[in-house]
Amino acid sequence: MAGIPHDHYEPKSGFEKWLHKRLPIVGLLYDTLMIPTPKNLNWMWIWGIVLTFCLILQIATGIVLAMHYTPNTGLAFASVEHIMRDVRGGDMIRYMHMNGATLFFIAVYLHIFRGLYYGSYKAPREVTWIIGMLIYLAMMATAFMGYVLPWGQMSFWGATVITGLFGAIPGVGPTIQAWLLGGPAVTNATLNRFFSLHYLLPFVIAALVAVHIWAFHSTGNNNPTGVEVRRTSKADAEKDTVPFWPYFVLKDLFALALIFTIFFAIVSYMPNYFGSPDNYIEANPMKTPASIEPEWYFLPFYAILRAFTQDVWVVQLAHFVTFGLVDAKFFGVLAMFGAIAVMALAPWLDTSSVRSGKYRPMFKWWFALLVIDFVVLMWCGSQFPTAIIGWVSLIAATYWFAYFLIILPLLGVIEKPTKIPATIEDDFNAHYGTGGSAHPAE
Amino acid sequence: MSQAEDHQGTRRDFLYYATAGAAAVTGGAAIWPLIDQMNPSADVAAQATKEVDVSSISAGTQLTVSWLGKPIFIRHRTDKEIKEGRAVKVADLPDQNAENPNVPAGSLATDQNRTVDADGKWLVMIGICTHLGCVPLGNNAGEFDGWFCPCHGSQYDTAGRIRKGPAPRNMDIPVVKFTDAKTIKLG
Repeated sequence: MAGIPHDHYEPKSGFEKWLHKRLPIVGLLYDTLMIPTPKNLNWMWIWGIVLTFCLILQIATGIVLAMHYTPNTGLAFASVEHIMRDVRGGDMIRYMHMNGATLFFIAVYLHIFRGLYYGSYKAPREVTWIIGMLIYLAMMATAFMGYVLPWGQMSFWGATVITGLFGAIPGVGPTIQAWLLGGPAVTNATLNRFFSLHYLLPFVIAALVAVHIWAFHSTGNNNPTGVEVRRTSKADAEKDTVPFWPYFVLKDLFALALIFTIFFAIVSYMPNYFGSPDNYIEANPMKTPASIEPEWYFLPFYAILRAFTQDVWVVQLAHFVTFGLVDAKFFGVLAMFGAIAVMALAPWLDTSSVRSGKYRPMFKWWFALLVIDFVVLMWCGSQFPTAIIGWVSLIAATYWFAYFLIILPLLGVIEKPTKIPATIEDDFNAHYGTGGSAHPAE
Repeated sequence: MSQAEDHQGTRRDFLYYATAGAAAVTGGAAIWPLIDQMNPSADVAAQATKEVDVSSISAGTQLTVSWLGKPIFIRHRTDKEIKEGRAVKVADLPDQNAENPNVPAGSLATDQNRTVDADGKWLVMIGICTHLGCVPLGNNAGEFDGWFCPCHGSQYDTAGRIRKGPAPRNMDIPVVKFTDAKTIKLG
């Protein structure tokens, strides 16, 4: 399957041979599990497994919750309380599902920033990156619709504000908004369809994850040096890699055990830490809560949405150039979606021939600033919108766009990279020496 | 065979395009109902009008009723509020359109063009901030004695016109009229 030369599955017993001729499924699983993996992968390469487990956790707990939940505006809130109080173990299952979303997004952000630092998005892994971005978008849609289901105040008003974003599209906006909501406002029709789609999308994500894995198994994993595995011969490839099973499976499971220890401590002792208390008040379409704040994982993009007001010159320019078609509200919406779009275009915006940030002295600083920028945006999104917060958000939002649209293309031209190891083996030996255990397969 | 070659090609092309065309039409016909079912259903669309008895609303108070799933503000304005609303120059307003379907399109956002009656006692609005759809707080809230949106800080005056903050438009007015001295009909 992979371009890296390695041993393939050979059916041995009579039954294996019989099955292999008819359906080579064991071979597919074997080759997927035994894929040669660069032996210098560091701890930032565990998030993929964590994400896979998050998806399984969310689907498993979600299917169970759906057995007790009622998607009707008159009954939804009470049915969630029923899960919390009456269903056996229901509170634990719901808290796992709730906090599972938080773990899912922590892992996906670390996974994305890992990719951004080590240049995992660069050729030939652009397709893996794009599919990853699609998964991220589907995750956000799923999380947003899931948050509406308990029918609390934040559920209702979050749904109102977010679907209001589509209403900002000039001309067709209100029609699209009514189509999404199934009525003039967030109603029972909205709750029903959100439940249906919240159930569907995780399976779409699962399919995309399979394609994501297929794509990077075709190109081979990236690694902290960004140097490709030698493909000249099987012997050369084996100097750079170890099979995924058992080496990386055990490493990943160890990391997963640590992460799940923390996760279950949170689920057990502080399950509502990441949520808003307002969501334990039933939705009231006549009364807006004192402040509407999205879940933490949406805050950076929420800050970008709010950053572009009528006073900003780019907004005024856009308004003038488009003859008033693009107003501040629509500009904010464009900026929010644009922030994700520029990230998806990173493979084509980054002009550097060096893949890993480890060997890019200037890039390192700009990247560190991007990470800080992301945290600052997240903080801004959680604050009440005062003039100061507006300014900080605007500067931070500008840096986000500048990083992808100006800094990445320019750095490739002006930066002088440091020395890159010739092979993964060299990098590995520099860290661990050439002792007897350097190649454990022997 | 040789003289039939052209005809064969034409016929195959025709079948190819006919099949592709039929597939596109069938696919579209199959997908359209799946998309259209998401539009507001007949029972939702049927609740288009509502009558409200306003005789119990005294001056300086506001009744919020639900219509089409949206809050509707029915405010009985005091003389002070009317005076404040009428003192504002249209040129000072961020949105100079009346945003009122009961007056001719393009009417200016004067106080008179916002109210239901000529005296300006009754102001009926869709109680939704034009920014992102929150419900503004009433009873002379904010710097302009009108409404204040707690979500992103938009401020409206006593005629529900946007004065400060991120909201782009004055609060919308629904189709509304008095059917008799004490009944207001929405829609």
